[in-house]
Amino acid sequence: MTTSPTAAPATTAPATTASHDPGNGGLRRAVSDGWVMAGRYLRHVVRAPEEIVIYFTLPIMFVLVFGYVFGSGMSVPGGGGYREFLIPGVFVMTMLYGIGATATGIAVDTGRGVIDRFRSMPMARSALISGRVTADLARALLEIAVLVVCGLLIGWRWHLGLGNVLAALGLLLLLRLALSCAGVALGLAAPNPDTVATIVFPLAFPLSAVSNVFVAPEMMPGWLGTVSEWNPISATTTALRELFGNPGIGSDSWPAEHALLLAVAWPVALIVIFGPVSVRLYRRLGQ
Amino acid sequence: MIVAEELRKRYRGGHGTIALDGFRLDVPAGIVHGLLGPNGAGKTTAVRVLSTLLAFDSGRAEVAGADVTRQPGLVRERIALTGQYAAVDELLSGRQNLILFGRLHHLRPRDARRRADELLERFDLTGAAGRSAKDYSGGMRRRLDLAASLIRRPQVLFLDEPTSGLDPRSRNQVWAAVRKLVADGTTVLLTTQYLEEADQLAERISVVDAGRIVAEGTPDQLKSALGADRLEVVIRESDRLGDAAAVLARVAGGRPDIDPDQRRLRVPLTRDRVETLTAALRALQEAGITVADIGIHQPTLDEAFLHLTGRHTAATPVEAA
Repeated sequence: MTTSPTAAPATTAPATTASHDPGNGGLRRAVSDGWVMAGRYLRHVVRAPEEIVIYFTLPIMFVLVFGYVFGSGMSVPGGGGYREFLIPGVFVMTMLYGIGATATGIAVDTGRGVIDRFRSMPMARSALISGRVTADLARALLEIAVLVVCGLLIGWRWHLGLGNVLAALGLLLLLRLALSCAGVALGLAAPNPDTVATIVFPLAFPLSAVSNVFVAPEMMPGWLGTVSEWNPISATTTALRELFGNPGIGSDSWPAEHALLLAVAWPVALIVIFGPVSVRLYRRLGQ
Repeated sequence: MIVAEELRKRYRGGHGTIALDGFRLDVPAGIVHGLLGPNGAGKTTAVRVLSTLLAFDSGRAEVAGADVTRQPGLVRERIALTGQYAAVDELLSGRQNLILFGRLHHLRPRDARRRADELLERFDLTGAAGRSAKDYSGGMRRRLDLAASLIRRPQVLFLDEPTSGLDPRSRNQVWAAVRKLVADGTTVLLTTQYLEEADQLAERISVVDAGRIVAEGTPDQLKSALGADRLEVVIRESDRLGDAAAVLARVAGGRPDIDPDQRRLRVPLTRDRVETLTAALRALQEAGITVADIGIHQPTLDEAFLHLTGRHTAATPVEAA
């Protein structure tokens, strides 16, 4: 910029047609900025690994506690080993708890000055959210990989071929995508990063407890079993058990019969709800 | 370079605070323009509006030749913002921060890395380049923040209280960086509650109060807006304040202000400065009043501010000396 100090105001910038504005810079820029932001979130994982370790520890603890301590007292409807029954549910539960990482990350970003820098730069506004969601999916792959190893070590196997395994992986990532949208909305709505944990845990714990992750719904009191069967967490868990050929799909209720359908429908519904909510909350930052 | 016309902004919710109430500004290119005012005067809101972060209710604003409402993307390409809180990623290293912001400014990876290294060097951060920003001192963080603002050589730089909470050394470093930028042709809009900072850096100052500009001019003009220089006398015995006031009124031809706590009297100078001073000193001695201090003072910016807004500024720098 080499304007002379005496230049008249507002005439020194390069000429532009009055209505032209690069705005968010189009789809290509949105994708590349989102990619850069995803890289930023993944660098956070590398530079502060304690956070992701916490998110690993919880599901592994559940595998050990339920698989070895309580598991001996559990029975699986239709027969089969409890640990084979447990692992698909733990995959799903790990996706669920990821909502805390997403919401905290977004709340930390929007609560500090750095959001002002992002918003005053010529980057795509969507990049903060699309980057976070992309990074979340990459994290999910890492978490799933660790759990697969953990599962194989304690005797869990898939029995029905690679196509089914990939379908199961797809369902898990779809669920994580949906929960990531919900996490973004929660992070934007939370007044500060510390409140996120106090919202997420009371929300996520009952969702995983009142599901078929640990106990088959048939073993629960009537109404609780119904709630558990319709739980989105149960839908993906049942679908995974089907795809892996793992035990525990004893029930002949509608949600259990249509688990694959629900494992797609529930996440899509969450995306349809929380996607626009996130966008609205994000726009509200400029009001 | 920055034009604001009749900007109005009322925050929703709460008490519907009116943050901007007919705010006007016209800043030519290549200078530092200071926005001076107490907390809550609307300085930060003005900066947020002009830097496209905040929508306003009515009025018009143009920054670096682009309309803030209709061409926000264009504005963002030409400006940079360094706010009150260091806007850097705490988890990333200093270098990673600068590379990230370079990439988001659409530099190619190699160029982003090169620019990051240049800026680290320039802001004396090369030694700390690999450390997380959260482990930086306040001054280092502010320098990193300023470096991040300069990745793309902005035409207009908004500095929102850039030195609040900094030690004198870091503050001087920030001031030096700002002066260099302006020498290179960047226009700077600086908000501050520190009179000294505005006096030091700004060629022109707008005094902001309750969302509007209440006065504008060079620091000297603002000071002289208060009127003439004044004769200040401090005496020893507070029971002689009345007598001293009578003497000064006779000699200087004006009614003195009396500050009993400081035992200080102030009277505007209307006649010859030196003559009035010597005459006053002689008359006071003849009246048997012991003079502790006597001198001629230009009104301070703080007094100018008090005069214009009816309030003292919220803060003056502790280390102002």
